[in-house]
Amino acid sequence: MSEVIHADHHDDHHDHGPDKGLARWLFTTNHKDIGTLYLWFSFLMFLIGGVMALVIRAELFQPGLQFVSPEFFNQMTTNHGLIMVFGAIMPAFVGLANWLVPMQVGAPDMALPRMNNLSFWILPFAFGIMISTLFMEGGGPNFGWTFYAPLSTTYAPDSVTFFIFAVHMMGASSIMGSINIIATILNMRAPGMTLMKMPLFVWTWLITAYLLLAVMPVLAGVVTMMLFDIHFGTSFFNAAGGGDPVMFQHIFWFFGHPEVYIMILPAFGVISHIIPAFSRKPLFGYDSMVYAVASIAFLSFIVWAHHMFTVGMPLAGQLFFMYATMLIAVPTGVKVFNWTATMWKGSMTFETPMLFAIAFVILFTIGGFSGLMLAITPADYQYHDTYFVVAHFHYVLVPGALFSIIAAVYFWFPKWTGKMYNETLGKLHFWLSFIGVNVTFFPQHFSGLAGMPRRIPDYALQFADFNMLSSVGAFIFGFSQVFFLYVIIHGIRSGQKASDRAWEGARGLEWTLPSPAPYHSFTHPPQVTDEEAHA
Amino acid sequence: MKHKLSFAGAMIGLLMAGIASADELNMPVGVTDISRQVYDLHMTIFLICVAIGVVVFGVMFWSIIHHRRSQGHEAEQFHESTRLEIAWTIVPTLILIAMAVPATQVLIAMYDTGGEDMTVEVRGYQWKWQYKYLDDDFNNTFSFFSNLTTSQDEIYDKSAKGEHYLLEVDNPLRIPANRKVRFLVTAEDVIHAWWVPDFGIKRDAVPGILNELWTIVPEPGVYRGQCTELCGKDHGFMPVVVEVLPEDEFDAWYAAEVENEAVRKEALSKTFTHEELMAEGEQVYATFCASCHQANGQGVPPVFPSLVGTEVVTGPRDDHIRLIIEGVPGSAMQAFGRQLDAAQLAAVTHYERHAWGNDAGDITQPRDVIELSGQ
Repeated sequence: MSEVIHADHHDDHHDHGPDKGLARWLFTTNHKDIGTLYLWFSFLMFLIGGVMALVIRAELFQPGLQFVSPEFFNQMTTNHGLIMVFGAIMPAFVGLANWLVPMQVGAPDMALPRMNNLSFWILPFAFGIMISTLFMEGGGPNFGWTFYAPLSTTYAPDSVTFFIFAVHMMGASSIMGSINIIATILNMRAPGMTLMKMPLFVWTWLITAYLLLAVMPVLAGVVTMMLFDIHFGTSFFNAAGGGDPVMFQHIFWFFGHPEVYIMILPAFGVISHIIPAFSRKPLFGYDSMVYAVASIAFLSFIVWAHHMFTVGMPLAGQLFFMYATMLIAVPTGVKVFNWTATMWKGSMTFETPMLFAIAFVILFTIGGFSGLMLAITPADYQYHDTYFVVAHFHYVLVPGALFSIIAAVYFWFPKWTGKMYNETLGKLHFWLSFIGVNVTFFPQHFSGLAGMPRRIPDYALQFADFNMLSSVGAFIFGFSQVFFLYVIIHGIRSGQKASDRAWEGARGLEWTLPSPAPYHSFTHPPQVTDEEAHA
Repeated sequence: MKHKLSFAGAMIGLLMAGIASADELNMPVGVTDISRQVYDLHMTIFLICVAIGVVVFGVMFWSIIHHRRSQGHEAEQFHESTRLEIAWTIVPTLILIAMAVPATQVLIAMYDTGGEDMTVEVRGYQWKWQYKYLDDDFNNTFSFFSNLTTSQDEIYDKSAKGEHYLLEVDNPLRIPANRKVRFLVTAEDVIHAWWVPDFGIKRDAVPGILNELWTIVPEPGVYRGQCTELCGKDHGFMPVVVEVLPEDEFDAWYAAEVENEAVRKEALSKTFTHEELMAEGEQVYATFCASCHQANGQGVPPVFPSLVGTEVVTGPRDDHIRLIIEGVPGSAMQAFGRQLDAAQLAAVTHYERHAWGNDAGDITQPRDVIELSGQ
């Protein structure tokens, strides 16, 4: 009897579609709508942060000061970093998680839908506040995205208080988002979807969400200490009052190092879906992939001071952080080897998502190599705070995290929209991005090794050639991301109709749904077959 | 796919070109024993990475070329191999241990700070370096500031840029060749970092903390570096220049500086004319004040206030002097009492009160400053 009632209720529910107009987006609790909001928001932030990058590259096109003052230049580097990290990369991954996690574990929605709405709608206000500081008297944050005290406390512009408030809001959003993802994954999997059958994107996000839960409160703590130093007369980071500027860095990087893995672990998940799909072959070493991600997450908590080798630590401390950092190469290597083994003896095709995924593996590995070099403490003294570091982290974040997001958008685009993007345009976008990113960042290895410090608006003459090249690359890359917008809109408006399993090699529960995925999916738990498990 | 291969080829070519013209594009080998060890370490790790890259990417590209559907390749369905997975966990671990051994050795050598022949305190300020030569009891023998000398015209493209654009200073740090010099690195305001690439040494200058660093430079010459920690507006404009002198030349220079210091102390009890004060004041202002308050005194309000006709320069003179001595806590206005002597403070106060059309009509002598500060 109860079964019948349940079924009736379900049928009522099925007719319920999205609201009309603006209300749909403001009040939505639907994971697909919220995923869409996150993705578009992150793209907007990506363009704003990108324009700031182009201001930086325009100023650095040649020696001398041509376009902006050093003061404004510092605001650009700071806000570029903050917006790209907190506004573009992180929300984009949360958007992917919203769209994909419920469909991949066979759940009808996220576990906490109203909180989901709140976690998104905090963000536009947080970034509205942060970007508005640029127009305040004294200018916006100008102390680097790492906001080292006392430059960010005693010597900061007045707007730093708004910056602190914005960071608190972003942190609240991230914490709520990660609680939601953990609750969904742990409680709402379809029967038969055991942990070790979960798709890797789900696994990587589960671990990422725990990292976020662990470190966002640390970030909130450190900005609160700044707030107290600035307004309430404490001296946490002020040596003259008995505090310690170096303590700021320890706390910041205890947040900051896990944070950089927060931006790359979901990328590992995405790539672990795309490479098997276009190799038409199961992922090699599923179990070791899961263990590798877990090891990287654990190691991320004990390596933070490798960002601070020049700060003046005792020898034993330097050695510990050097060894621990080098260890990360082991699980990271396992992942790269597994992806390569997945391609080995496959039957590969090279659609746009696959191109981005292969470029990810190669260029991320190059970023990994420079990371290993940076771990070698004596050599790090020469690399530290030069363009070599800039090249390193842009290699892991742009052709790393960002390429994986773009790959994911192309890969799941047919599932989200029911349409197929234009493959020729997609490939053109790939090649423009690939060339742009390498022309921009590869020369920065050289200028860094030759001695160019980062975060300077003007430079000595021997760095001129590589900076010019780098700036040309940046404009190519910037243009190609506007082109990306065109490819997406073109796909949505006039793409060919996509089939349910848009890619013949794609596996996973989401591909058993119609394309586009219905507004409410898996209101009844699906059967988890071996065929669709641990895709 | 040929495109990708040729691009990868081009990148490797670029890389090799980089190594070939090492001085411009690679880490400098440097002139000290430590810098050479660091360079060798850098090249070792780099070449190991290149070798690993060639193998891994080689396998990947082999697969990309041969295992594609357009070649008619059928996918096999294997998806694990415990033996392989154990191998590619253990082999990288061994390679890492092989890297860690020389890295540890070099690091231990770098931490050998004892047995120095002399000690110099390096102090970072927004946006200049101060070098204090300390005697055996760590008392200050003499000290001076090292400021960028590149002109604003060069920076704003109004005149041709010189050979050492942005890497030139008025007073370089001078140290003797072949002697072990220990540096105590610290800062006055925000965090800076002191770096001389050719010596292979870099250390953060943190307010409230003394960091140790040392070098022995066999080759006399001029070596240039920069501040490498973001320290505010003019972070890009505070170079490090070290002139290494042959030992006898250094000793002669050092003796002369000690004597100059005595002359400087004498000036504190002198009485100067308006013209003398204006001339000295203009120099001090250009070096210490103009980067914020600008050469024309207009400043960059609201962050850096104007000094033309404003309350500070027209109001009571003693308040003006106190402001310069004590600075404004919580702002970029530093406590210049810690940087300038009474003669310089008197001159710059007098200059500010009488330049750019200001006319306070008073005079400031070194003894006035001494009275106020109790120096």
